[in-house]
Amino acid sequence: MSHTRSNHGFYRVTQLFVWCYALIILFPFLWIAMAAFKRQIDILTSSFFFTPVLSNFEELIFSKQSSFFHDLLNSGIIAISSTAIVVLISAMASFTLLRMYVPRWLSVGLFAWAMLFHMLPPITFVSAWFTIFSELNLINTYSGMILAHVTINLPMGLWLMSNFLKEVPRDLYEAAAIDGCSNAATFFRIVLPLIRTGMIATAALIFIFSWSDFTIALNLTAKATQTVPVSIATFAQEFEIKYGQMAAGSLLSTLPALLLIVFGQRYIVKGLLSGSVK
Amino acid sequence: MFKKMTTQPVPDTTGQLKTLLRSLRRYAESDGCWYSISLGPLALILLLLTILPIIWLGWMALHDINWQDGVSHWEYVGLNNVVLFFDNHFYWPGLLNTFIFSISAVSVQMVLGFLMALVVSRSDRKSRLFLTVVFLLPIVLPPIVIGAIWKLMLSYDFGVINDFLGLLGIAPVDWLGNADIALMSVIAVDIWHWTPFVFLLMLAGLESLPQEVYEASSLDVRNAWQEFWYITLPLMQGTILITLLFRMVLSFKVFDEIYLLTGGGPGTATEVVSFSIYRTFFTEDRAGLGAVMSIFTLLVVAALAVFAQLLLKRRKQS
Repeated sequence: MSHTRSNHGFYRVTQLFVWCYALIILFPFLWIAMAAFKRQIDILTSSFFFTPVLSNFEELIFSKQSSFFHDLLNSGIIAISSTAIVVLISAMASFTLLRMYVPRWLSVGLFAWAMLFHMLPPITFVSAWFTIFSELNLINTYSGMILAHVTINLPMGLWLMSNFLKEVPRDLYEAAAIDGCSNAATFFRIVLPLIRTGMIATAALIFIFSWSDFTIALNLTAKATQTVPVSIATFAQEFEIKYGQMAAGSLLSTLPALLLIVFGQRYIVKGLLSGSVK
Repeated sequence: MFKKMTTQPVPDTTGQLKTLLRSLRRYAESDGCWYSISLGPLALILLLLTILPIIWLGWMALHDINWQDGVSHWEYVGLNNVVLFFDNHFYWPGLLNTFIFSISAVSVQMVLGFLMALVVSRSDRKSRLFLTVVFLLPIVLPPIVIGAIWKLMLSYDFGVINDFLGLLGIAPVDWLGNADIALMSVIAVDIWHWTPFVFLLMLAGLESLPQEVYEASSLDVRNAWQEFWYITLPLMQGTILITLLFRMVLSFKVFDEIYLLTGGGPGTATEVVSFSIYRTFFTEDRAGLGAVMSIFTLLVVAALAVFAQLLLKRRKQS
């Protein structure tokens, strides 16, 4: 778009506006990061200058009343296992749906229903899952949470994996099939290595979604399997809001996403774009 | 008895085992096995955890459900829950708020995101990369953290926003506690949260536009405005429409930020459908009524989604 004869001054002004917006995005994150190192009194007087303390983190992680460390572990276990399951199931399913003979009504039906389900507000399903899971004793268990997270993220996984699979040329696995490769062997030895980047992108996004989930965790867990977002919310719900711990917990809970941005920014953008535009 | 066992012919069992293994192997390599392994889990999950729950909700809607010591007691009440649903004081204001929320937040996001993408698409590579990273932040962080951040910043007594207004000599505003502006504050937070997402999609769309068209038209257009109006905008129509519909439907899901920021209050000022369902189901323990709300919400959103799909299809054909 470098070929426009644009008004240079106007362009400068709009550019300035964009950088201001970037600042508006960054500032709140810096503010809560600062709050994490403030004493409650410094937060309540909203001072810009303060002596940083680690008491919020100490209380969060080492205090007997705090279950934050345990919650971090729960979040990790649930997010990692549900991500692995979603990626595996959706990679296999989209390979079969796209590249093998499947009745049209079945493939169209599965994709359409998965997409529609993705659009529906999760709370409507969480309420049904709650009663079903309580009959099956799955409330407040890892299996129940993983099952719920797999279900809610499966449509996105299916959508992303099928977009990435479409980029693999047909000839490659047709050649494999002619050479006498079984379907499973074709998939695991030939297709999987080819869609590795796509799988990483999908896994990064699904992990973020699962790690961030609040609606499901709030209603299907209790103390034993509570995840980080729920514990952040409880700091804000107490009679005297513990802003310092809320900020410290928020800061710690953003670490996985920050790491993914730093090391896998390419994959996340790829996933986001593939998941929405195509 | 032990002796009797040993007199049985031994080699036969290993032979049987071998044929069994062989047939298992043959099955494992067959098409049928692969179909069931690859599609089975997906079909099973969709069937048991998405379709069955909807039927289950329909069944729940006909009952009053009480929990005692972890055991549920179901009492058939017919369509009583539907009657209660039409009289509900939270759901209907919530539905209206959700529409106001979606339409106003998404339209501002679209305009802002598109304009910024237009500007950034002409920037150099380095600043584009930096801006992309910054704009990814709100998208990938847990929404509950976004809620926590703004709860801290919008606080009446010590929020940094009110401090800033104080410096300008403006009296502090009760952003989340005043029923007249609470919904606006929540919409503003959502705009802050999701404009970057629109921006990224638009930027990708702009970057994939064919350069030749711009080169070919450089003699015909008189200024940047004409270029935007006659070339960029028509070419971007598809991306704009898809992003708009996508954001519209997804903004119906809003729950986390509202839960933390206002809890639907004050009164029903920031009530949204997801929150009404949550309240009815989990705090008021009226599962039957909650089920009716869920079904109605599913129908509304499904109708919107199908309508959006039809719109896209018609555009593709024309």
